Amino acid sequence: MNHQPRLLAAGYAGVLCLLVALLLSSRFWLGDTPLHMQFEARLMPPSASHWLGTDALGRELWARTLAGLSLSFWVGLSAALLGTLIALSLASLAMLSSTLDALVSLLIDTLLSVPHLILLLLIAFALGGGTQAVIIAVALTHWPSLARVLRAELLSVRHAPYVAISKGFGKRQGFIVWHHLLPHLLPHCLVGALLLFPHAILHEAALTFLGVGLDPSQPAIGVLLADAMRYLTGGYWWLGVFPGLGLLLMVLAIERFAALLRKAL
Amino acid sequence: MLHIDRLILQLPHYPHWWRQEWTTCIDALSLHIAPGEVHAVVGASGAGKSLLAAAIMGLLPSAARLEGALHFQATPLTPARQRQLRGRQLALIPQSLSALDPLARSRQQVRWAAQRAGLGRPAAQQRADELLAHYQLSHAATHYPHELSGGMARRVLIAMAQVSNAQLVIADEPSVGLDPTQRDRVLAKLKAIAREGKAVMLITHDLRHALPVADRVTVMYQGRGIETATAQAFRGQGEQLTSPYARSLWQALPDNAFSTQPSVLCQEPAFA
Amino acid sequence: MLEAHQLSFRFASGSPLLTNISLRLAPGEWLGLSGDSGAGKSTLGKLLAGQLAPHQGSVTIDGSLLPARGVRPVQWLPQSPELAVNPRWRVGKILKEAWTPPDTLIEGFGIEPQWLKRFPNALSGGELQRVCVLRALAPGVRYVVADEISTMLDPITQLSLWQALKAHAERHQLGVIVISHDTALLNRLCNQRWHLAGGSLRVSSTELEAP
Repeated sequence: MNHQPRLLAAGYAGVLCLLVALLLSSRFWLGDTPLHMQFEARLMPPSASHWLGTDALGRELWARTLAGLSLSFWVGLSAALLGTLIALSLASLAMLSSTLDALVSLLIDTLLSVPHLILLLLIAFALGGGTQAVIIAVALTHWPSLARVLRAELLSVRHAPYVAISKGFGKRQGFIVWHHLLPHLLPHCLVGALLLFPHAILHEAALTFLGVGLDPSQPAIGVLLADAMRYLTGGYWWLGVFPGLGLLLMVLAIERFAALLRKAL
Repeated sequence: MLHIDRLILQLPHYPHWWRQEWTTCIDALSLHIAPGEVHAVVGASGAGKSLLAAAIMGLLPSAARLEGALHFQATPLTPARQRQLRGRQLALIPQSLSALDPLARSRQQVRWAAQRAGLGRPAAQQRADELLAHYQLSHAATHYPHELSGGMARRVLIAMAQVSNAQLVIADEPSVGLDPTQRDRVLAKLKAIAREGKAVMLITHDLRHALPVADRVTVMYQGRGIETATAQAFRGQGEQLTSPYARSLWQALPDNAFSTQPSVLCQEPAFA
Repeated sequence: MLEAHQLSFRFASGSPLLTNISLRLAPGEWLGLSGDSGAGKSTLGKLLAGQLAPHQGSVTIDGSLLPARGVRPVQWLPQSPELAVNPRWRVGKILKEAWTPPDTLIEGFGIEPQWLKRFPNALSGGELQRVCVLRALAPGVRYVVADEISTMLDPITQLSLWQALKAHAERHQLGVIVISHDTALLNRLCNQRWHLAGGSLRVSSTELEAP
């Protein structure tokens, strides 16, 4: 019974790995296809020669979507890892003293009470846009919920009898943190990072769409969607549908995987 | 009332992610419980006692493999019948106190149990209040589960089992975590339920405190029913007990010999 | 000699739980502690083991205070072994966190070698409790506080656990404090019997049996 999610998660992980490998290798075999303009084939609908159609400059949409997803993947991954790192550090910091704990809790609650898209925009804008700014902005706004979980976990393990017993055997604080506390947090961090991941991707796309994110010359999903907006009224549906669908699928796949993993661990 | 005949229960387990094996958790167990009787099922942890309760209630994991015969009031207990009788004719007092709805007050919990048994709302409310008074819980009627002590929560669960008017009440380790006063109170309540003509199955590892309330005792070891004896058979040196395992269980008690032949500890007891 | 001098302990709310408790336990002696729930038995056990600090008074061994670091000479054994071990560690690692017991002792506690490769959730409560007791008998440990360690066990498992501990305690002159509701058990095991009520100790039984 309770082994079923494990198997399912393993299967899912396999499929996901294949897709990720496809995405990550795309930058090598795509070459400059995403940027290559064909003025004789502008705004072509999907067909056998143009699989997902072309945009206003005659660029292949399938290549641009793939490149955009790959870019989003990297940005999302970096932001999720950075966010997890911030969450872990602050949760650990909160363990040191009750004052620090109160401060961290206050910070978490404050950040959670602010709509984070606004915060995201402000930070990305202040940092001047670009890939780095997006990563930092997403990481800085997405750590609180994970930090809250990690803090609660740390609190419960720290008072577990086996930690008290470990101390009774003369084990130092460092040993206890390294051997008892951190291994307990690792699965939570993993799942937390995976759950942050789709959020980070979506917000990267949103920021780019709003113009404070990635450089418009890069084939990012947000850029593609912003472009598509301009042509939507002309009936060029494929410009928006395919990048949007690609983003949706990637986010869903990761989200599902994270949910399964949480059940399995 | 309840007849279990050569019941075999197997559960799958996975030594690796892919390989499935079957563990026999209950092995050819036969058990009969009559109305008006407290029947204790005693054994070490891992002997399959709680799984037996789950098998009777129809609460086993779906992957479980069940063989043998289960009869309740002379009719086979099919999954459909178990679903229908659960909470009405069959009641379980679970081991875990988290079985109480954390968002409901005591009198609500008991009232709901009464309503599930078919009483109308006003009648159910009245019955719930009567029972709470009977179990000395009137002052706790408006408490939520987290405000109850272990003994009080256990009594709420027993009240729920009683209000459902179940003919068979299964209590899974009802005395764990209670101090002696509370434990005696809870066991006395179970005995009182049996006196009303219901059948009570008392699952416990605590042989000594089960004996004063039990009429008969079934000793389980590694999924097998080693011996069923009357509670009176547990006395003296245990001469009236037929199996060595049951005898050493009795002699190991601190008020008895507090010793046992070392051979019995290691060797698997003969199948009675 | 383990001695408690005038121990007092209060709840965070300020109401007293234990007041002026003193007791003495010689090496090799068994002390039984009974009392109603909430009387403070477990708290007293934790105070003696240095898991908690008293608000007043002190605990000494041969006249000196419990050492702040290193292996505590008074070890604490809680009721549920499941909480006393890290669920992510294999049993072998759990045991070795404290010390590496000789094989004869592992055998003497009825611990089978293949358990050491398993995770705690694959062991029954009685099996795990034996591991926890053996773990607490590390070199340098001179007293053990056993807080209801056999309550969850069937009579045979309970007996074998106490027999193993008894044999070891005799050989190494280990002092044992047994906290339990079970007066028959305490009468069997202990040569000193105390009852905790209203925050202070009373001699509990006149019929002290030789262990």
